[in-house]
Amino acid sequence: MANDTVMEKEKKASLYEPVAGKIVSVRQMTETEKWFKIELEGKKELHHCPGQFVEVSLLGIGEAPISISSSPTQRGYFELCVRKAGKITTVLHGMNEGAEIGIRGPFGHGFPVDELKGKDLLFIAGGLGIAPLRSLINFVIDKRKDFGKVTILLGCKEPSQLLYKDEIEKWSKLTDVAFRCTVDRGAPDWKGNVGLITELIPGVDIDVKQTYSIVCGPPIMYKFVLVKLMEKNIPENQILLSLERRMKCGVGKCGHCQINKHYCCQDGPVFSYDKLKGLEGAL
Amino acid sequence: MNIKSRDSKYLKGACMKYNLLEKTKVSELVNALKKKYRVVGPKEKENLFVYGDIEDAGEIRLEHKPPILSLKKYYLPQEEQLLAFKFKEVKAVPVEVKKENLVIFGAHTCDITGIICLDHASSIEPRDSNFHKRKKNVLIIGIECLRPCDEHATCVTMDTHNPKGGFDLMLTDAGNNYIVQVNSTEGENLINEYKFLFKESDAKSEDGLIKMRQEKEKWPRSLKVKTDDLKKTVDSGLKHKEWESVKARCVSCGNCTNVCPTCYCFDIKDDVDLNLNNGTRSRVWDSCQLKEFAEVAGGENFRKDRKSRQQHRLLRKFSFSVEKYNRFFCTGCGRCTRACMAKISLYETMNNLVKE
Repeated sequence: MANDTVMEKEKKASLYEPVAGKIVSVRQMTETEKWFKIELEGKKELHHCPGQFVEVSLLGIGEAPISISSSPTQRGYFELCVRKAGKITTVLHGMNEGAEIGIRGPFGHGFPVDELKGKDLLFIAGGLGIAPLRSLINFVIDKRKDFGKVTILLGCKEPSQLLYKDEIEKWSKLTDVAFRCTVDRGAPDWKGNVGLITELIPGVDIDVKQTYSIVCGPPIMYKFVLVKLMEKNIPENQILLSLERRMKCGVGKCGHCQINKHYCCQDGPVFSYDKLKGLEGAL
Repeated sequence: MNIKSRDSKYLKGACMKYNLLEKTKVSELVNALKKKYRVVGPKEKENLFVYGDIEDAGEIRLEHKPPILSLKKYYLPQEEQLLAFKFKEVKAVPVEVKKENLVIFGAHTCDITGIICLDHASSIEPRDSNFHKRKKNVLIIGIECLRPCDEHATCVTMDTHNPKGGFDLMLTDAGNNYIVQVNSTEGENLINEYKFLFKESDAKSEDGLIKMRQEKEKWPRSLKVKTDDLKKTVDSGLKHKEWESVKARCVSCGNCTNVCPTCYCFDIKDDVDLNLNNGTRSRVWDSCQLKEFAEVAGGENFRKDRKSRQQHRLLRKFSFSVEKYNRFFCTGCGRCTRACMAKISLYETMNNLVKE
């Protein structure tokens, strides 16, 4: 390692060079979301932390930042849940099993897993926000004894947009996880709860001293969820938010994802609320 | 000396060495340098100035106003290839930075400060290796300003009107001679290599330097806000009515950020040749003033109005950079004010922010 000076490292690698990954499995989850299982070349480990993201790199098309939705306890592969929203994700949606894609990362600060050990966890996921949270949820389920009470609140617009249906079914049956799900608008075959996700929060029994709330959803959701969490007196540093920004380079250089002095791609995407409070344009 | 560059290349002012260069010998020096280096410097172009390649020593305009684009184009090119690839394959090859020994001849202290700022931003881990590879091969010979460029320059308030590091040699006009301040080992080597052109400095010339710089403190200040109050002014002024006027005028063209010596944001784009075989991935200058800059694929835009984008620009110059790098990212060059089609002036905006 002695020879591995900064300059040596710079000579060897480019920050922008993707590694090869193979799509080993694809599944249509909803009308707009697909689930991808990816193996890196030589079955190398991605070595990510829950909450981090990768840049999916399609040479000739471009790159898009996508949250890693599988737990690092799953070895040899990782998973992405991709909404068809822009140029790159549209091309990605057209790709099948066996196709090769470029991967850069993992990038950013994920959830502070060590800090969360022994604590009660209240997950609040809205819509596609379940994708990054699923990485931590499955990590916690796999290491269940390391954590306190676990509550998952999940919401989306309508039943047809519900992601990870099979897995949710399993979560709901776990005896050591409290799971509640709601949709903004019901459907004829929907037997579950109808209403906004914020309506589920008051009913949760919270020990403020040791509860961390982990929140991810569309920007509009944060404001309302935060009000409810404040009413529950959860300390601001125990509220963890995963933010979406235009993380173009992933390495804190291009400026697109800047939130005040923070680069979301390096300092985030996970921030505790006390770090974001009062920052213009953060929430 | 207050050098904030963490680059050990530059001597930290512990030993000040001076030489003299007769004005009549400048051409000879440039021509000698041209044999070994690519020499660039300020040239005239349609009543304005640009930094460009010096074909003939006579082209250099040491008396100049800030060129249209700053020195940043030599460190972070407007378009820079990062990767080369075969279309639809997943392996790409990094494009190496072309090694080129460059001499920048005749840069003002504000522009040299711009490079120090970019150095800070590029040195945050993971380091921007392309910037550093280029910087390693650049020698800067500066020219000290003896009078303010125009009312748009705010260098006195930004404290960039005097040489304070970041260069290898600095020329200061002293009648028949230039006093040449040596500020790096590379600068000293250069003097030694072309010894026949330089003379020993004398105490009289060096004393004159101090006196002349004291006089420079009397230059008019168009930016009235005190240096120490700049951050506070922007931070606490976000609700000020002045922003409504800025918002109403700004046309989101991005000129201000393109000409700024410290703006380094970029976009990444892929190009594929017409036969769809080969392609390149490049970074190109981008601007936080463009509407889509902070927009995500789903359509959410985190700085969707011109007011928030203009505020972001000034916060990056006077506030975030202080928190992150302990320095302003404004060099006082005045380019953003000169280049603005809507006549938005940095110093007027700042001055108005401190009015009721």
